[in-house]
Amino acid sequence: MTVMEQRGAYRPTPPPAWQPRTDPAPLLPDAEPYRVLGTKAADRADTELLRTLYARLVRGRRYNAQATALTKQGRLAVYPSSTGQEACEIAAALALEERDWLFPSYRDTLAVVSRGVDPVEALTLLRGDWHTGYDPYEHRVAPLSTPLATQLPHAVGLAHAARLKGDDVVALAMVGDGGTSEGDFHEALNFAAVWRAPVVFLVQNNGFAISVPLDKQTAAPSLAHKAVGYGMPGRLVDGNDAAAVHEVLSDAVRHARAGGGPTLVEAVTYRVDAHTNADDATRYRGDAEVETWRRHDPVELLERELTERGLLDEDGIRAAREDAETMAADLRARMNQDPELDPLELFDHVYAEPTPQLREQRDQLRAELAAEAETAARQTGAPEGGRR
Amino acid sequence: MTTVAAKPATMAQALTRALRDAMAADPGVHVLGEDVGTLGGVFRVTDGLAAEFGEDRCTDTPLAEAGILGTAVGMAMYGLRPVVEMQFDAFAYPAFEQVVSHVTKMRNRTRGKMPLPLTIRVPYGGGIGGVEHHSDSSEAYYMATPGLHVVTPATVADAYGLLRASIASDDPVVFLEPKRLYWSKDAWNPEEPASVEPMGRAVVRRSGRSATLITYGPSLAVCMEAAEAARAEGWDLEVVDLRSLVPFDDETVCASVRRTGRAVVVHESGSFGGPGGEIAARVTERCFHHLEAPVLRVAGFDIPYPPPMLERHHLPGVDRILDAVGRLQWEAES
Repeated sequence: MTVMEQRGAYRPTPPPAWQPRTDPAPLLPDAEPYRVLGTKAADRADTELLRTLYARLVRGRRYNAQATALTKQGRLAVYPSSTGQEACEIAAALALEERDWLFPSYRDTLAVVSRGVDPVEALTLLRGDWHTGYDPYEHRVAPLSTPLATQLPHAVGLAHAARLKGDDVVALAMVGDGGTSEGDFHEALNFAAVWRAPVVFLVQNNGFAISVPLDKQTAAPSLAHKAVGYGMPGRLVDGNDAAAVHEVLSDAVRHARAGGGPTLVEAVTYRVDAHTNADDATRYRGDAEVETWRRHDPVELLERELTERGLLDEDGIRAAREDAETMAADLRARMNQDPELDPLELFDHVYAEPTPQLREQRDQLRAELAAEAETAARQTGAPEGGRR
Repeated sequence: MTTVAAKPATMAQALTRALRDAMAADPGVHVLGEDVGTLGGVFRVTDGLAAEFGEDRCTDTPLAEAGILGTAVGMAMYGLRPVVEMQFDAFAYPAFEQVVSHVTKMRNRTRGKMPLPLTIRVPYGGGIGGVEHHSDSSEAYYMATPGLHVVTPATVADAYGLLRASIASDDPVVFLEPKRLYWSKDAWNPEEPASVEPMGRAVVRRSGRSATLITYGPSLAVCMEAAEAARAEGWDLEVVDLRSLVPFDDETVCASVRRTGRAVVVHESGSFGGPGGEIAARVTERCFHHLEAPVLRVAGFDIPYPPPMLERHHLPGVDRILDAVGRLQWEAES
């Protein structure tokens, strides 16, 4: 006889919610990443979309190359290249409507530019003239976030607020594989699922968090599997297949807009370049691995599909490359101009109104600048005065 | 017109009233946090708000401080005015990254394009017999982070006025609520139209000629008591209530010290790297020629907040303040 079988024993009422409230099966990702290019699914792909994606991918590849070159010329302090990941960046951004919001991480410059942000303004953070160069409200793009995953709860809050206001706005929040280990990743996904917030989380799994490979980052079967624990669907997609990324993201965006709640998408891709120009990738990975991924290049995959379908010929390829060169030349020319900076602006945006303490410090800097100008004027023999 | 008799309200009730009035005045004001809905908060500060304004306006969130504050950032980005509750001082630390990396920097990094009007309510400080992690004085962390306003009321009227001002502010505010004053009452009448205090102004709570006690929040009552007790020793103490740590009211503080020539900073958070060091330095830099003695600090010890049965030894009390006042007779001693 157990204790609970004794006469008069305390018999607790079973707790109410031990049964799983959702059948996890529909939430589980497929075993293999979803693909469109080179499969039967490509038959129903929108050919205009494929052409647009191609032109943008070529531009994106060129942008990465140009920005990397600018680091060598000292025009950019640092650039985290997304070469190899252009399909994720561009197809994801294209899945959004104009009224939707993008929450990028520091590597997502291409997604930012795809939203219409001026390429130079998208680089001010990395050039160092100001942190965020664009107006987040103009194209509904949040500032590039350097701390990992901390922008994900912002996306949830914004999407939640939009829904409270009755706007059918969706937020796309981007994060890397390393970022999924952060606490904010967990909190954002949990809040989004509980609130059924219209958010799409896109994990670009590019294989490494700087040097740490995925198997040292997580023991989960896939990053998309993490969705199940929050009660949202997880989707696995080939991140180098722009058509597949666009389709999966579009589905998730539609699902969110219709009130279905958040989705976690893992795009499996590869960072062909190093983490940034300051990183030596040969210390943690071999050439053979990089070569394997180069053969699965997002631009070439799409180019092959379009060519085989007779939707793209040599002229088309040349036109796309020329367009990309024009963009790069413009970017180069504008980035080679020194930005005009006003040091006194440092005090302008700390508070709506500077505190008395900041006013004092601004006066101090103004005096220092005036003294500097005077010294410079004396040294060059120019008449004194000017900036007093 | 009938005169409404002044019904004393507690500080917690004044805070509730401030939240309710702010929510009624502006549909963009949303309250969120752990237990703020059905329960009305563990200190009942959000009592009745969910019933009155609905769960969309006063929301019980999952238990996750970074998530609470992080989602509030997104809500503020979309034009709402979130007021978040961090249940206890030390529970706010998981959200600290959001504070320093985003809340305080969003206006700055976007050149003023993306201000974040949000209020972070933090019940803080000791004196209520709380166990570990329930009595921290975290103000120095917030003070050291540019982009935040840091305010703390010491009276019931200020609790109302400063909270209204914080919610109305277009900048993020850390609103520190002295836990041990939640049940304190004074003459504030909740039936009368209450004033909304501008942030950033200190106030002289007691005039005096022989020295200035500079304090805020939970230590104001102790300083007032000390000032009364000091009369027997022949000291006529002035007491300045800072109300706002950021921005800091140099003008009111320094005017007082110049009048009295002596100053003691009193707070219960630790001394080393604490607010008192900053305040003493500011006063010394500005009032050196008026000072008859060094600016002294009476603070908590530089120890982790003690267990409740020992906290009375840590918290600055009247005797410790009077000892410091005695040491202000610098010239005579040296």
